[in-house]
Amino acid sequence: MTAVADTLALTVRDLLRALRQPWFIAVVLVQPVIWLLLFGALFGSVTQIPGFEGGEYKQYLVPGVLVMTAFFSSGWSGMPTIDDIDRGVVDRLLVTPVKRMPLIAGRVVPNLIQLVVQSLVIVAMALAIGVRFEGGVVGVAVLVLAAGLLGTGFAALSNGLALITRQEETLIGAVMFLQLPLTFLSTAFMQPALMPGWIATVATYNPVDWAIRAGREALSASPDWAAVAGRCGLLCGFALACLLLATRAFRAYQAQV
Amino acid sequence: MIEAHGLTKRYGDVQALDGLSFDVAPGTIFGLLGPNGAGKSTAVKVLTTLARPDGGDARVAGFDVRTEAARVRRAIGVVAQRSGVDVELTGRENVILQGRLQGMRGNDLARRADALLAQLGLGDSARRIARGYSGGMQRRLDIAMGLVHRPKALFLDEPTTGLDPEVRAAMWTEISRLTEQEGLTILLTTHYLEEADKLASALAIVDRGRVVARGAPDELKAALEGDALHVELGDAAVNGAIVSALASVGGLREIHVDGRSLRARADDGARTVPAVLAALDSHSIGVASVTVARPSLDDVYLRFAGRSFAAAEAATPPKEPVR
Repeated sequence: MTAVADTLALTVRDLLRALRQPWFIAVVLVQPVIWLLLFGALFGSVTQIPGFEGGEYKQYLVPGVLVMTAFFSSGWSGMPTIDDIDRGVVDRLLVTPVKRMPLIAGRVVPNLIQLVVQSLVIVAMALAIGVRFEGGVVGVAVLVLAAGLLGTGFAALSNGLALITRQEETLIGAVMFLQLPLTFLSTAFMQPALMPGWIATVATYNPVDWAIRAGREALSASPDWAAVAGRCGLLCGFALACLLLATRAFRAYQAQV
Repeated sequence: MIEAHGLTKRYGDVQALDGLSFDVAPGTIFGLLGPNGAGKSTAVKVLTTLARPDGGDARVAGFDVRTEAARVRRAIGVVAQRSGVDVELTGRENVILQGRLQGMRGNDLARRADALLAQLGLGDSARRIARGYSGGMQRRLDIAMGLVHRPKALFLDEPTTGLDPEVRAAMWTEISRLTEQEGLTILLTTHYLEEADKLASALAIVDRGRVVARGAPDELKAALEGDALHVELGDAAVNGAIVSALASVGGLREIHVDGRSLRARADDGARTVPAVLAALDSHSIGVASVTVARPSLDDVYLRFAGRSFAAAEAATPPKEPVR
């Protein structure tokens, strides 16, 4: 119970901070819309490639953009932690009775709240431009759940890296290094049948792709729930592993204090 | 309340703690006095469970800092050298968050937070974002956060470093008042001799990770018999020349020369001055100024660490910001 209360207290802290930055909120809300419209327009003619299955590209694109947005936002979750390290906030928290997991969860949960809000914006925008969600509310919920599991993993990882590297530049470098490759080594924008074989192979090991495929399957007219559950299971494992890694990172941090 | 026994800790090739031992009696302010780099902050990090010692052991409020860290954390308040205030939150939000994390809830927490903020003179600015606080205000907010859960022991690591002299004096009054009110045990680290003299009822002088002297400030000063003689020389002189020049002066002991600064101890300061001046003059050593004073903690430090406080401070490479 204490762990939940501690996570909640830290979540409130991050939300208060965020609400005082109107520009940050504006970016959070507008960016996913731009992705959706931009990629929709840019790659729209992909549907004309022989072998592309299904109708309109925007229909295909929505799960990709939603998961990509979740993935991008989560990667930066460790940035305020670096600031906290520099200001002595991390050291102060470490000498309170709060356990290590709530300290990480206190950053992961605010990120999840942001992720859900962004997802709702994307879904609303998609509906506005005429995308049909055949999987209905359940399908959308599963898509957001998959994106949330992915986001949990990468937000935890980002915080773990922040604790180990303690340097903004290093963290930014690591996040940039992962973001675009992992996004494009997935079925976010291109159907697997149209990809070079090696990319399709790499994609099957990519957590970003697990989330996209789970969400896309759940949104289809007649989902293969076993496949959805399998990928969500993998994502759970990924999220858990990252959370454990991040809590272990406090040891590395404290060894250098 | 706080017991350290033979603590050792090494960072790379720096031996930060080298068998540090001391005891702090409940309800007292205990000062760890030493120059920058003496190991005071490392001692605080170990005693507050932030860092693990390489060797030795320590108990705080009856709990082992290694094996019962969670219990230690509940019993202590910490005001670290680096602030730890979240500058994006208001002062009150900072205190409330800290209280929540210490397991406090509801009305008890709200009342305690408001009372502390008012007591520390932050009542009017409690609902302002802490980024706009002055250095002294942030420090007082740090203290409010350290005290919110009514700890048994409070650690103050260099609480007045970087503050203006007037603000520093106000903080001293604040700290003494709080100890009385809350019946706290305080471990204070400082490199201001005056601060230790003013606040601490007992202190340990730390040099190179070890305690070199301990006792009440007055006891330590009384242990040094005679007056402190401080001569500012016209030019830096050769140590040997000065010692031989002063050999003939009676009642003069513990002669230390550091650049242009000459320190010694005299049974009767006022009487010895003319003899010292005459002896230096006869060896053509110019004198810029002479002062005679009752022993200070600086003299105590010189006696036990074998170097003056200022010299020890200068010998320490500037501390790199911890990142």
